[in-house]
Amino acid sequence: MCYNKIPFAPLTGERPGAKSSDQTAGGYRLCFRFQSCRNPKHVRCFRAVYVYLYGTDFVLSETKRGYFLFMIEMHHISKTFRVARRNAGMREAVKALFRREYTEIRALNDVSFTIGDGEMVGYIGPNGAGKSSTIKVMSGILHPDMDEGTCVIDDRIPWKQRKEHVRNIGVVFGQRSQLWWDVPVLDSYELIRDIYQIDTTVYKRNLDELTECLHLSEILRTPVRQLSLGQRMRCEIGASLLHDPRILFLDEPTIGLDAVSKIAVRDFIRRRNREHGTTVILTTHDMQDIEALTERILLIGKGRILLDGSLQELKSRHSGVRKITVSHSGGETAAELAEQLPEGIVCTENQPGQSSFAVDTTRLGVSEAIGILSGKLEITDLSVAGATAEELVVSLYEEFAI
Amino acid sequence: MKLYLHYLSIHLRSQMQYKTSFFLTVLGQFVGSFTFLLSILFLMDRFHTIKGFTTAQVLLCFGTVLMAFSIAECFFRGFDSFAGTISQGQFDRILLRPRSEVLLTLCSKAELSRIGRFAQAALVFAYAIPNSGVDWTWDKILTLAFMVLSGVALFSGLFVIYAAICFFTTEGLEFMNIFTDGGREFGSYPIAVYGERVLKIFTYVVPLALVQYYPFLYLVGQAEAWWYALTPLAAWIFLLPCALLWKVGLRHYKSTGS
Repeated sequence: MCYNKIPFAPLTGERPGAKSSDQTAGGYRLCFRFQSCRNPKHVRCFRAVYVYLYGTDFVLSETKRGYFLFMIEMHHISKTFRVARRNAGMREAVKALFRREYTEIRALNDVSFTIGDGEMVGYIGPNGAGKSSTIKVMSGILHPDMDEGTCVIDDRIPWKQRKEHVRNIGVVFGQRSQLWWDVPVLDSYELIRDIYQIDTTVYKRNLDELTECLHLSEILRTPVRQLSLGQRMRCEIGASLLHDPRILFLDEPTIGLDAVSKIAVRDFIRRRNREHGTTVILTTHDMQDIEALTERILLIGKGRILLDGSLQELKSRHSGVRKITVSHSGGETAAELAEQLPEGIVCTENQPGQSSFAVDTTRLGVSEAIGILSGKLEITDLSVAGATAEELVVSLYEEFAI
Repeated sequence: MKLYLHYLSIHLRSQMQYKTSFFLTVLGQFVGSFTFLLSILFLMDRFHTIKGFTTAQVLLCFGTVLMAFSIAECFFRGFDSFAGTISQGQFDRILLRPRSEVLLTLCSKAELSRIGRFAQAALVFAYAIPNSGVDWTWDKILTLAFMVLSGVALFSGLFVIYAAICFFTTEGLEFMNIFTDGGREFGSYPIAVYGERVLKIFTYVVPLALVQYYPFLYLVGQAEAWWYALTPLAAWIFLLPCALLWKVGLRHYKSTGS
């Protein structure tokens, strides 16, 4: 299947990264995007037209120069680990020396998705859901099970053409450093330059650019062990981008950072994506990261892809719910109140002096709800908010029981 | 090669950050292997010859193995401490680099403090070479150099096997130390002094005797045949199965944790 065989209206130029049409065809949701890129270094991105087939079995493998349909194609990837199991205790430990019982754990179970060139995707799921395994398969560290799955990234199979593939990707593990602990950051960078055999002029240019964007000039000459976590993370990100990768995998890049550093990291990632057209795959537990950076999210649980869609869409699904937080005088009254509320309003939190209520706006208007509450409580302060991404994810996890 | 030197300079710079620790380790290494030397000296002081070898000849043997071991340990330390590399997930990072895994593992660690041992081996050579009664013609000098180099190859091969096993067990297997550290200690004396059985093990299983004993016979003139000088070649052939095991292990690799 080739992109121009899909009967669809021609695209019009829009804002970079904007959706230009969104239609349903043959049971699949087709979503066309027009992406342009300001950086002349990445001419290829200029004319790139993407076709997304969310949740399909199609392999759109035909790629032409300038028309990269997909940067990443994962189809039916599974990964099984054999794990030795034993019960606790000395006796069991001795027994396990001679005879082991293995359990098979499916870290990834029939995972399929496609990601377009220049897209930013948030990859979320609870701990142990398979996020890191997916990243490891995509970055060529792990061989998936060999039966039927395919994984093609920028025309290469990661674990078969490892060296060519990793030249093209940058990986940041939030919890592991790639910098040498005892020497200045610049020394690590120069070593990385030699590992990737980056041309000196290219290295110089990239280093200058990264130094400027990540505000590294002050810290490049400091040994890594003396950097704060936020400074170190900026250096880590810089280190993964020295070789101009077209894909950037970020595994919890903001873990443990303070608010200022988080924002600096997010701003940089957004800028990198906009100016260089770098494809970004981001795993995180911080929903603000997702909200700030990605339009599209992939939800994984127990090794399966459970959801693939835009954050907006998800939000609209839950848009009917508003949260009203009320401060009031007279602590006991709220508890009694909780039992006599009408349909469509539920008390979610009840503390002396402060209570929260969830209002289903399809059944009860916000103003009505406030009216009811003010009639029964002596309100001193009040706020109304939509569902936060945080709450969305909790409700998603509950919905899929993961 | 350029990359390796770059790594080496980084390691040197890192280790120089902790100067006191570095020099104490060097000293410790020196004193540590000094005890072996002393035990040889005391033993030889009582018995004068062992299986017909003089003190200086035994020391020549000791020096060869010690030097080979210290060089191998200095540069192939990355394989020796591979269990840690795997369990801490640093091997993932190695796989993310567009270079050969072997090269990067080799680069990942260099224990320059092993220079303490190396210095001792050099001292032993300085004493043993003039006093061993060997007529140092060109072929004998080359044989000695070949012995040391092949010894490095042999110990490196053992380290590689040790590392390859880590792919399967994630933890290092201490029993491998029988061959590495054990090999070094056995190698302190010409291997034949331990008897026929040990000699066979170190000939056919781990070709240490082929590196240390047979060419040594040629050196001291107990064996006339020229091909005794070439037996250390076996150590280089020994690298083949080591490399194979590494490849198998690499395919089996599963990374740890997140």
